[in-house]
Amino acid sequence: MTDKLSIEIDGRVCEASPGEMIIAVADREGIAIPRFCYHKKLSIAANCRMCLVEAEQGGRPFPKPVPACATPVAAGMKVLTRSPKALEAQRGTMEFLLINHPLDCPICDQGGECELQDVAMGYGGDVSRYSEGKRVVKDEDLGPLVATDMTRCIHCTRCVRFGAEIAGVRELGATGRGEDMRIGTFVAHTLTHELSGNIIDLCPVGALTSKPFRFKARSWELTQAEGIAPHDAVGSNLHLHLRGNQVMRVHPKDNEAVNETWISDRDRFSYEGLASPDRLTEPMIKEDGAWRPIGWQDALIRVAERLKTASADQIGTLIAPTATLEEMYLAQKLTRGLGATAVDSRLRQQDFRGDAADPPLPWLGVPIAELETRDAVLLIGSDIRQEQPLLAHRLRKAALGGAGIVLVNPLPLELTFPAQQLVTSAAGMLGELAAIAKALRKRGSGSVKDLIAQANPTDRHTSAAERLKAAGTERSGLILLGALAAAHPDYTLLKALAYVIAEATGSTVGYLPLAANSAGAYLAGALPHVLPGARPGEAIGADARAMLVTARKAYVLWGVEPSYDFANPSLAATALGSADLVVAATAFRAPSLEAVADLMLPIAAFAETSGTFVNAEGTWQRFQGAVAPPGEARPGWKVLRVLGNLCDLPGFEYADSGEIHQELATLCAEVRPDNAPRGDLKVEPSLAEAGLMRVGTLPIYRTDPLVRRAAALQRTPGADVFAVGLNPALAADVGLADGELAVIRQGKAEARAAVVLDAALPPDVALIPSGVTGSEALGEQIGPVAVAKA
Amino acid sequence: MSLRSAPLAVEAPERARDGLFTPEIRAQIDAHVAKYPPEWKQSAVMPALTLVQEWNGGWLTRELMDDVAAYLDMPPVAVYEVATFYGMYDLEPVGRHKIGVCNSVSCLLCGSEDLIHHVERKYGVRPGETTADGRFTFKEVECLGACRHAPAVLVGKTYHECLTPEALDKLIEELD
Amino acid sequence: MVEDQNSVCFRTLHLKEPWALASYRSVGGYAQWEKILKEKTDPAKIIDELKLSALRGRGGAGFPTGLKWSFMPRSAPGQKYIVCNSDEGEPGTCKDRDILRYNPHQLIEGMAIAGYCIGATVGYNYIRGEFYEPIDRFEAALKEAYEAGLIGKDIQGSGVDFDLYTHCGAGAYICGEETALLESIEGKKGQPRFKPPFPAQFGLYGRPTTINNTESLASVPVILEKGGQWFLEQGRPNNGGPKLFSVTGHVERPDNFEVPLGTPFKDLLAMAGGVKGGKRLKAVIPGGSSVPVVPGDLMLQTDMDYDSIAKAGSMLGSGAVIVIAEGTCMVKVLANLAHFYAHESCGQCTPCREGTGWLARVLHRILNGQGRPQDIDLLDGVAGRIGGRTICALGDAAAMPVQSFLQHYRHEFEYMVEHGGRSLAEAA
Repeated sequence: MTDKLSIEIDGRVCEASPGEMIIAVADREGIAIPRFCYHKKLSIAANCRMCLVEAEQGGRPFPKPVPACATPVAAGMKVLTRSPKALEAQRGTMEFLLINHPLDCPICDQGGECELQDVAMGYGGDVSRYSEGKRVVKDEDLGPLVATDMTRCIHCTRCVRFGAEIAGVRELGATGRGEDMRIGTFVAHTLTHELSGNIIDLCPVGALTSKPFRFKARSWELTQAEGIAPHDAVGSNLHLHLRGNQVMRVHPKDNEAVNETWISDRDRFSYEGLASPDRLTEPMIKEDGAWRPIGWQDALIRVAERLKTASADQIGTLIAPTATLEEMYLAQKLTRGLGATAVDSRLRQQDFRGDAADPPLPWLGVPIAELETRDAVLLIGSDIRQEQPLLAHRLRKAALGGAGIVLVNPLPLELTFPAQQLVTSAAGMLGELAAIAKALRKRGSGSVKDLIAQANPTDRHTSAAERLKAAGTERSGLILLGALAAAHPDYTLLKALAYVIAEATGSTVGYLPLAANSAGAYLAGALPHVLPGARPGEAIGADARAMLVTARKAYVLWGVEPSYDFANPSLAATALGSADLVVAATAFRAPSLEAVADLMLPIAAFAETSGTFVNAEGTWQRFQGAVAPPGEARPGWKVLRVLGNLCDLPGFEYADSGEIHQELATLCAEVRPDNAPRGDLKVEPSLAEAGLMRVGTLPIYRTDPLVRRAAALQRTPGADVFAVGLNPALAADVGLADGELAVIRQGKAEARAAVVLDAALPPDVALIPSGVTGSEALGEQIGPVAVAKA
Repeated sequence: MSLRSAPLAVEAPERARDGLFTPEIRAQIDAHVAKYPPEWKQSAVMPALTLVQEWNGGWLTRELMDDVAAYLDMPPVAVYEVATFYGMYDLEPVGRHKIGVCNSVSCLLCGSEDLIHHVERKYGVRPGETTADGRFTFKEVECLGACRHAPAVLVGKTYHECLTPEALDKLIEELD
Repeated sequence: MVEDQNSVCFRTLHLKEPWALASYRSVGGYAQWEKILKEKTDPAKIIDELKLSALRGRGGAGFPTGLKWSFMPRSAPGQKYIVCNSDEGEPGTCKDRDILRYNPHQLIEGMAIAGYCIGATVGYNYIRGEFYEPIDRFEAALKEAYEAGLIGKDIQGSGVDFDLYTHCGAGAYICGEETALLESIEGKKGQPRFKPPFPAQFGLYGRPTTINNTESLASVPVILEKGGQWFLEQGRPNNGGPKLFSVTGHVERPDNFEVPLGTPFKDLLAMAGGVKGGKRLKAVIPGGSSVPVVPGDLMLQTDMDYDSIAKAGSMLGSGAVIVIAEGTCMVKVLANLAHFYAHESCGQCTPCREGTGWLARVLHRILNGQGRPQDIDLLDGVAGRIGGRTICALGDAAAMPVQSFLQHYRHEFEYMVEHGGRSLAEAA
């Protein structure tokens, strides 16, 4: 069946595969066939009838024009895409598409980049023969991201198919019949899927457009630059559309290996945060409790002097995992150059006991594109759709292809694909994994051995074990550790159990790096136990938690907002508040920063600086700055270069960021992603079985300072909601009803939130999100908690 | 549109289905579900809507469509698509009876226009409307497949054929 | 006059309670099915017999039934389906309703035999939702057949399974298109699928499926009983058998007539009592509303079979013969047809979704006295851009009446445009 065959299109001989459609061959050959409903990533609908062509087979012409998108090739087929018959058919369809289209191009955001406009230029008539009344369609409010002008809809159904096939959530449908058919939700409601913005790109007309971009610019005023998304560990490839010095919108750039043709809504709409009024536009210093601007020179000299005079063991550097590779590298170089060892970028982790055994460069374990070909995947501690939307999409493809997906989580997830969810308490996650290990007749050693010995596997564990084992024999099993695992008090044991199961099943262990450059931190050495080039450090410095538990005198914060970016914000506030010096390099002002910092240095944000992100599969993706940072803000690497110089440190003489990149690339030349642990992961469980535990998810639009300031994303339902999810039985025990105000206590940390009852939650879990407004004063993201009536 | 031959089944969180509709209707829907392959519960969406509509006095509310969706593990919008596509589902309140006068060609040739005009004049309703007393909803319907006894009128579930305006009046008078 | 009426699908019609199992048994019903079960007849032999009979699909397309069955990958593993199309809704057509009402068992027997021949152990009969009485009759017959052990599992110890279910429509003409019908059974909107793949490869639930019209399937038991040759001889070469004609419109006694294919139209008209009120015959739509109209004079010289009617420029279609008498306004008739197709377009293909409404609006405007001279060419042009450009045949069905009405009665349209909506035909 793999034999190629040859067909002729417009006289050109083309090679084709059996079963391929004419349009796919034509696209490959660069022969333009107009189309609206066809999209390479969606099922074939063949309903727009724009791609009608003339064809003949074995010398016999087809009696009617055939749709190029739905007509499979056959040996010796001859296709004419521009013959009089084909053109007449295409013009006919064009006329029908236009009769009810409002032709309101002057006020349409799609104008200038509209497929209907483009094709109409080629196939439309000058004057319409249609003189009847045009169809008018009532718009639906689809929420803050997607604007609708459904009168413009040409019913190609790409958006509907996207929902059913790609998103896995059928939110849109085509209701009604004939010319009354309407695309919409039928009962207007906000699209909630994390990939929903892609329908804006899919819509060939101006029926679905970007709401934040609405009426902001005309497409011909925009220039295009390339970028890499700065949020999750996929590193989606982007097209940034600019006007002057402003990012006006963000579109995906095709890259099959990374984001295919999609991007998440987070990647698409977070650019709005760039224009936030919170932007720090000049260096500032706090004197007598008041902030005042200060020149760069002055600011940096002061910082350098105080850092130089600080005792090296009193310096702690905390770097956001969304910092660029170059920033991370220079920040650790500065820190280590000053003789300090406390540098970390794992701000949401609390269990670092496994550091000594950490693999040199933890990664996804497989290339991103291969996620979808796995036969079995065990996902440990991951709210995958919120954390890594496009990896969730790849897993969905795997699941639809028949893969067995098993999740071990402290909360039930709303998934878009069939999966087995083992939902248990935070502590119980160890037991679930131990049970799977036991079902595989593994015994383990050390504390893992005890866990496994205590486990009681049920059918669910046995079936999960068998799926993995079957896949493992094909080298196609995968065990992934997600962000909730990384935030877990027994992360080390979760890892240990993952390796035990992997060994027993022949599966691969993989990590879901938290953020855009979490993987890069290992290469840049922005970790207490890893030096640049992913080399193990001889002396392990203080980790992100140790730096806060034992407060330092001086802190350097890089791109961090203390209230939302730490696993334990109350601990962070206390430690930072007690320091003599807190220098914050930041793109944004924030109350929690201003409360603790002494100096704030404005640095460039996403799209404003060159740099490199290393994604989950270990791919280095370099990007250039597309716009200048606002005001006096400067690219981070430049700030660090000058600081290095002012601190009299060697090796900070870089002419451009490319030199930094090159230096690090040389250091990393031999580094290959590798998930084999270097040592022992056996530690004692830190969690007792009993007691209520907070499970702090990190909502999708609260992950980093930029997205938290993206206005439209923040308006989506549930974007920033602080609440306590409780099992009704537990709530009844403490006398709390749905909607009632509860007081939440984690040690001395305290907050109040409304109760949301959820029968699907385990009885000893209090689901209390982190990163949201209201959560600033709380403690560990995952840790003991008390909930009572307020 | 080619959402081809894969059930749309959604992994809905287990929702209490026992409370939906009535036990009798659930049993009837279940009997329909049993006709189709187990993974194709959605095949029963049309009979389910028909049953639920009748139970609700002849029309479907959005809530009822959502309930049917939940009962058959379907995305609600897929049920809306079906309910809005087929002409026998009503999504607005209707009268106690439905009267559908066939307006297709054979009936036209045999006087269906007279019937339609007669109803419009005498009862003050246009197609799609319900009489002020709520007695009946008047519809023009496409070919009923009763052409040999045109003009044909569907009153409730019964065909009446070869009707004159006077005969139709008599039928209407008999309705409660 | 035609002698041999009601010899196939209507063979129980003369009996009291013709729909009952006993009535059907009394005319030899289920004998063929039982014989097959007993003898395990080679399905290929049955299909050959059907091919010999020249039975052509009675739903409208006229595709040879035996050939259709032979496309099924009979011995391929996995479930296969036989589906009966009882979604009768083509304006002018009312024959299947009467088969369901008066002879449902013959349809059941036909479906069971079909299932046996194509390797399908499950069948669905898709009946339009408005057919309350026919649905009840069919369901009652199904119950009788199950109780009599004629269908079900391991029928009469033969090892043959055949389960048959009713699936009710809910008001959509397009579900008479076979792939729209399959979508409808799958619990979706009835939107036709593009072909290929054809249902014989990828049908109901993605499995190989054969879809036949009610009358086609109901004809099968009689063909097997009397032989393919007999059936063929009832009609004409390539046009086997008797066929049901629904003669409606302007005739004295509209009715269904089961007469041999090839019966002269004028005989059929006479059976229906001639043109109503003794008027002159103006036109005939000989195969349901979708086919081109034929002027009366030409029709009176035409025989009722697929090939003869094709020669007259139209199609036999479903056998719905709509008779139009002198004095009828053809603009009005066409406006009615155009309204129908606009109302019943499923909405997926652009030309049909947009074009059918356009045609209906222009015609409505002309009727209301607001026609313009260029409208007539516009109608023709729009119809030409719909026909042959859509996934299913509804586009053609909407286009052909327009083109044929304009071909034969253009002067009536011109007159109405010129005279502000006055009808030439009604004025005369």
